[in-house]
Amino acid sequence: MIGIENIIFLIVAAVGIGLFVWQIRKIRKNVLLGRDTDLVDNPSERINKTLLVAFGQQKMFKRMLPAVLHLFVYVGFLVINIEVLEIMIDGIFGTHRVLGFMGPIYSGLMAINEVLAALVIIACAIFLWRRNVSRVPRLANGVEMRAWPKMDANVILITEIVLMFALFAFNIADLKLAELRGHELPGSFPVSQLFVNAFGADAGTLATVAGVGWWIHIIGILAFMNYLPSSKHFHIIMAFPNVYFSKLLPKGKFTTNPAITHEIKAMLVPSYQPPAPEVDAAGNPVVQRFGAKDVEDLTWKQLMDSYTCTECGRCTSVCPANITGKLLSPRKIIMDTRDRMEEKGEHPAIFRPNHYKEMGVERVATTEEKTLLRGYITPEELWACTTCNACVESCPVNIDQLSTIMDLRRYLVLEESAAPASLNAMFTNIENNGAPWAFPASDRFNWADELYVPSKN
Amino acid sequence: MEENKRLIKVPTMAQLAANGEEPEILFWVGCAGAFDDRYKRVTRAFVQILEHVGVKYAVLGTEESCTGDPAKRAGNEFLFQMQALTNIEVLNAYNVKKIVTACPHCFNTIKNEYPDLGGNYEVIHHSTFLQQLINEGKVHVQGGEAFKGKRITYHDSCYLGRANDIYEAPRDVLAALDADLVEMKRSRANGLCCGAGGAQMFKEAEPGRKEINIERTEEALATLGDGEGVIATACPFCMVMMNDGVKNKEQEQNVKVFDIAELIAQAEGLSK
Repeated sequence: MIGIENIIFLIVAAVGIGLFVWQIRKIRKNVLLGRDTDLVDNPSERINKTLLVAFGQQKMFKRMLPAVLHLFVYVGFLVINIEVLEIMIDGIFGTHRVLGFMGPIYSGLMAINEVLAALVIIACAIFLWRRNVSRVPRLANGVEMRAWPKMDANVILITEIVLMFALFAFNIADLKLAELRGHELPGSFPVSQLFVNAFGADAGTLATVAGVGWWIHIIGILAFMNYLPSSKHFHIIMAFPNVYFSKLLPKGKFTTNPAITHEIKAMLVPSYQPPAPEVDAAGNPVVQRFGAKDVEDLTWKQLMDSYTCTECGRCTSVCPANITGKLLSPRKIIMDTRDRMEEKGEHPAIFRPNHYKEMGVERVATTEEKTLLRGYITPEELWACTTCNACVESCPVNIDQLSTIMDLRRYLVLEESAAPASLNAMFTNIENNGAPWAFPASDRFNWADELYVPSKN
Repeated sequence: MEENKRLIKVPTMAQLAANGEEPEILFWVGCAGAFDDRYKRVTRAFVQILEHVGVKYAVLGTEESCTGDPAKRAGNEFLFQMQALTNIEVLNAYNVKKIVTACPHCFNTIKNEYPDLGGNYEVIHHSTFLQQLINEGKVHVQGGEAFKGKRITYHDSCYLGRANDIYEAPRDVLAALDADLVEMKRSRANGLCCGAGGAQMFKEAEPGRKEINIERTEEALATLGDGEGVIATACPFCMVMMNDGVKNKEQEQNVKVFDIAELIAQAEGLSK
């Protein structure tokens, strides 16, 4: 029967979902600040990769303990959504456990649900411990791990625990009520069964507990959904498209800028006709920077990377520069890109990058410039990179940190000629002698002098 | 023993072209292979192997020029493309089809980045090439120095490993030595960079606690344990960095750094 409660529920759900859609549109707009790039080739390989890396969590298993704990939370999230669906239907139509008609399947689902919910609580508790007590270095340290990222992670974990407890409160009270009324509750509840007497045997209290548990769970989920776009937890959505659009080429292949090719060919071959320059809607030629100074110089995929980052720090923990105490942290590059993008574009409901920018920036001598380069990321960080691809390899959601580092470097060199002096010397050597060292090109074949091999008889 | 060895006259593409011939492979020497005193020995060892097995090969000699890799990784796309387009012109003029190189940076650049600029070749790293020679029975890995029981640890080059997923070929080559191969904790896809990639070879490191090559050398030395051992590399920059690391740790009496081609040449008795 549809009553006032159902109407309130409908309004709450509509507001929650509406707000989420509004936020997603902002995110989409931000990502589309980026340059266009063509990543639609080879859909079968992309789907394969998505199944393995995103759905299958393949790269998580490079580290066993967090992978298993994360798997509990991930599978818990997927399965518990079935109960959320039921809650939605119950909420709208005033039904009670509407999916109960499925009989043994429903029982099985609810039982799995309960076990997973308990595992989620355990996993989240261990995650909280790792962040705040044992302080796993990659989670606790780093210049980019300022107040917001640390708080954000704890908010997520505590919310997840509260949501699971609300679910249990609802199930326990529901179970006891059915017992008191002497009828069978559809479903099977192995965990709640253990605590069936937790809220006493007063029908009135139990009905309140069930109601409160139910409402906390559903409002919690709607609030959580709207918190996502402000949070590193957004990866639960973005991981899938980000892996789908990830680089299929060998990691060693860096992008080639065709505009430069045309320029050089025109220089080498006077008769060469470069294609007409791109024009914008008004017919003015599009002036494109070489490399990236700010977020609009990066591609939409590089911007999507920054929405996908869950700040786990695996990239930074394997970065040879970071390991040896250099300023570079690949995670910071990605987090800075996100902050700058939201400063320049739009920000989601809760997180406002400027509010948190000041909190605890040590050793990174950024300037007041309103650009990603220098305003967030300094040349010192960029020049520490060995382009070894360890960060890219380590990322569980296929973020390409190196491509962003390289585009920023290119801007420094091509637009500002701001390479370190030793690298400028290397460039000069290549230009003059065809080698990065100052040896005359005419000596290039000297290695072959006086070379012998044992003769075969 | 003079009569038992013969002088190698390394053929160039220009000489072959003058005779209307084409080699089976072009050996791309690379700048380190041509100029770095230590790495020249690797180039020479590899040529000895090529001569020994009788592959029809040639080099570009003084016509070779930097692939542009260090410029590209340093962000100088303009200089990179300048080098690439010039090299591609030379390679295409000689109708080159198949290139073998001992340098993972040259390998990666020619294989992955030249095709966009009109240079399409079959590019093989010398680790894969040596693996093929061993598999085909052309190199027997005997007649020279015995490596049985010697401890060897292989250091993955980033531009061979993660960049191009070549992890097994150099290990298979080393396995043919019948030595005691030991793996560092950070190996294959999780290998730690030597510190020279991304044009770091040509600049001072940024301020930090430690040099990357020291971090890596310490790991290699700990893996090899006490006594004699070999750090095997397959990249000229890795070789420089690991050599410097071993010297820094004053272990050069015990631990030698060799390229896999040198080890094969030694085992085959080519480098007397």
